[in-house]
Order: sequence, then C-alpha cells, then structure tokens
Amino acid sequence: MTIAIVDYGAGNLTSVKKALDSLGSRAIITSDAEQISGADKLIVPGVGHFAATAALQRNGMLAAIQAAIRHETPLLGICLGMQWLCAASTEAPELAGLNIFAADCTHFPSQVKAPHVGWNDLEVIRESGLLTGLPQRSFVYFAHSYRVPLIEHTVASCEYGGVFSAVVEQGRIFGVQFHPEKSGTVGKKILENFCELPC
Amino acid sequence: MLTKRIIACLDVTGGRVVKGVQFLNLRDAGDPADLAEAHSAAGADEIVLLDISATAEQRATLLETVRRAARRLFIPFTVGGGIRSLADASAVFDAGADKVSINSAALCDPTLITCIAERFGSQAVIVAIDAKSAGNQHYQAFARGGRTPTGRDACLWAQEAESRGAGEILLTSMDRDGTGVGFDCVLTRSVSDAVRIPVIASGGAGGAEHFVNVFRDGHADAALAASILHYGTTALAELKQTLSTAGISVRWPC
Repeated sequence: MTIAIVDYGAGNLTSVKKALDSLGSRAIITSDAEQISGADKLIVPGVGHFAATAALQRNGMLAAIQAAIRHETPLLGICLGMQWLCAASTEAPELAGLNIFAADCTHFPSQVKAPHVGWNDLEVIRESGLLTGLPQRSFVYFAHSYRVPLIEHTVASCEYGGVFSAVVEQGRIFGVQFHPEKSGTVGKKILENFCELPC
Repeated sequence: MLTKRIIACLDVTGGRVVKGVQFLNLRDAGDPADLAEAHSAAGADEIVLLDISATAEQRATLLETVRRAARRLFIPFTVGGGIRSLADASAVFDAGADKVSINSAALCDPTLITCIAERFGSQAVIVAIDAKSAGNQHYQAFARGGRTPTGRDACLWAQEAESRGAGEILLTSMDRDGTGVGFDCVLTRSVSDAVRIPVIASGGAGGAEHFVNVFRDGHADAALAASILHYGTTALAELKQTLSTAGISVRWPC
C-alpha cells in the first residue's frame, strides 16, 4: 500500500511522512499527478493561508485528486487540507474549495485569541473509523485561525470561541482540523486508523 | 477546552543542553535529542530548542541536532537561535522544526517576521522577546542574548510583531531568568493583554505554584520550563497535577 502526501507547497510535509514512517507505512511526498492517482490512499496536508490551495490546480493535481475520489480512494485532509475539502473560506473568498463538505470556513470570533494554538479535546459525536480506540475527550494539537462549522458530516467537535468541526467524514473522505502528526500517541492512533482503512 | 501548555525548553550550545542563571554560568544538562524525547514522553506539550550561543558567535543553528531531535518527536517542535534570514528559517524547517523563534534578527529587520509568515504561515513564527524592567512597570526589549538594549518597549514591540505576522510571542523576563523565584506576572500580563496572539511566559520558574500564578495572574497561554525539568525539581506529572488541582486546564493524562 502506498500513501501519497500531496505536496502543493503549503507547510512542513516531512512531519506527516515521519509519523507515517514510524507506523511502518509506505508514504511518498509528491506533486506528480500520476503518483497521486496511482496511490492507494491520499493525504492532503497544509498549514497557512487558504490562498495556498490555489497551487493544487497546477500540474494536474486537482484532476488527479478528483479522479481518486471518484475511485473511492480514502483521503485525509489535515488542517488547511480539511478546509480545502469545504466549499470556501472567508480567508480567500475568490477561491473555491473542493466542496465535498458544504460549509464555509470562517475566522474565529474576536473575543478569543487567534490562532487557536495548543492542545484541545475532542468531543466525539458519532462513531468513525478514524477515531476507533480513542477515549472520549482525547487531546490533540491545533494551530489555525479559520474553522469549519458543525455540519451533518461532523464526527467530532471542539470548543474554542464556540463549537466547530474537528473531524468530518463523508464516505471515504476525512478531514481533521488538528495536526495528528503533532498530537503524540493520540495523533499516531488516528493516522494508524487511516492507514488501516481498507483500500 | 483549550489547555494551558507546558513547553520544555532546551538551551543548547555546542550540541549539548545547558541552563544558565541570568544568561551566565552555564551547566551541562545532557543530550538534546534524548532530553527532548524524555520530556515528550513525560507529558511536555511542546519542545523548544534554543541555540543560545548562535547569535553571539555568529554561527548557524545546529541543524544536525535539530534533525536528530525532530526524528524522535511527535509533538510541536520549535527551534530558535541564529535565525537571521528566510533561508536560515527554511533550513530549520527542512531539518524538521514546526516553528521558528526569532529574536535579534526580527529587532534588526522586522520585515523578516512577515517574510517567514508569508512562506510558512503565522503559526510557524514565534517572536521571542527578552525583556528587562525599566521601572514603573515598563519593560525594555533586549537583543543579542540579552546583551544589547534596543530602546523598544516590550509591549509595543509585541504588538508590532503581531501586526507583522507573528503567531506567538515567547516572552522571557531577564530579571527572573534562572532565579527560580517565579515568573514575572506583571510583565507577562501586560504583554498578554496587549496582543491577540498566544503568549508563552519564560524565566524564573522554580516550582509548580509559579506556573499556577503565571496562568492565573499573568494571563499566559503557555509557559516555558527548563532547569526545573532537567534536574527533576518538579516532574511534569506533578506539575500538571498541581495545575489541574488549581482549576487550570491542562493536557493530562497525555
């Protein structure tokens, strides 16, 4: 099994690969459309500005990801990668997301500090293959200023300046707002669960 | 609920961890990668590695040390010391750091903050401020490892850093550093209340009650712990239990 970590120039991908390596998974970092469409699983990571997702339209990456989704390839979006799976973000309103999850990402309200940085706990709303074996209220590491609201596909939520989506799931497509690769043993378990999903 | 973070800090020089008292009298405390992993396993929420000799000696950050430590860490990892340019920051990120901490270089050229933030995101840029009391509850920022006064007010500099794209402020009280008498809660509160980004308090921790104080009275979002962890004065478990008992939300058990 090969997991392709999609490289579109947004953030430190080596930490995601390092975490997968430690789990014994074969992961490659790539921006090559063929490698993306040939992978058994996809991870779309990312930190920073929503505008960075525009780079996914280069080199046929977008078409390759869409094709993979049509072939029901499991896909995990992390942080900005999760937000890109939504319709849009007020951070870069001129850009469209993939609209797998029909929601708009918005900035945290002004009464709380932003970015939301640190360890916060997950409230699991419904069962998910991604969260198998995790106790309720597990802590994970967040670093983001925009968030996805609660939607019908929310499987776990988090509270900071109101409640927002921490984990979303639709079919074989998952999004996590936090960084599993930086969330210690809890994060590793989530990545392990993703690795173990049937291809 | 967002928890208060305990960040284990490794002051490194010549590839070894050291801890000074008021920036001087360095004592050897071990291998950086070993200590980083040990602190992570014990419940540290993040690891910061500061190459404390880098600015003074005009040399590059010890990328190999960073690489070795990063390989063994699955929690956020910050590196500071000797980062003067976007290229320096890129090299540190390539070696496995999640965030960089910049201090003297940002004071010298504040556009560096924006430059790194635009490339790697604000969450990856910590601006470190070494502050010393100037009387009347005012604090001055110092550069070059606390050697050079800048004439800048610490609060105003923190606000400027935020507006230029910093994601967090790492605030060290030079008056308290290494003394073990407790954090400077007045300094921490004044900076924390002046900005809308998280503030990490540093300098002076000697016991668990000092952390309770800096979170409650200093309005800190996170606190740095160095010598008290290396020498086992306060184990992380004990520290987090004390915080929890005091009603401060922490990540425990990890």
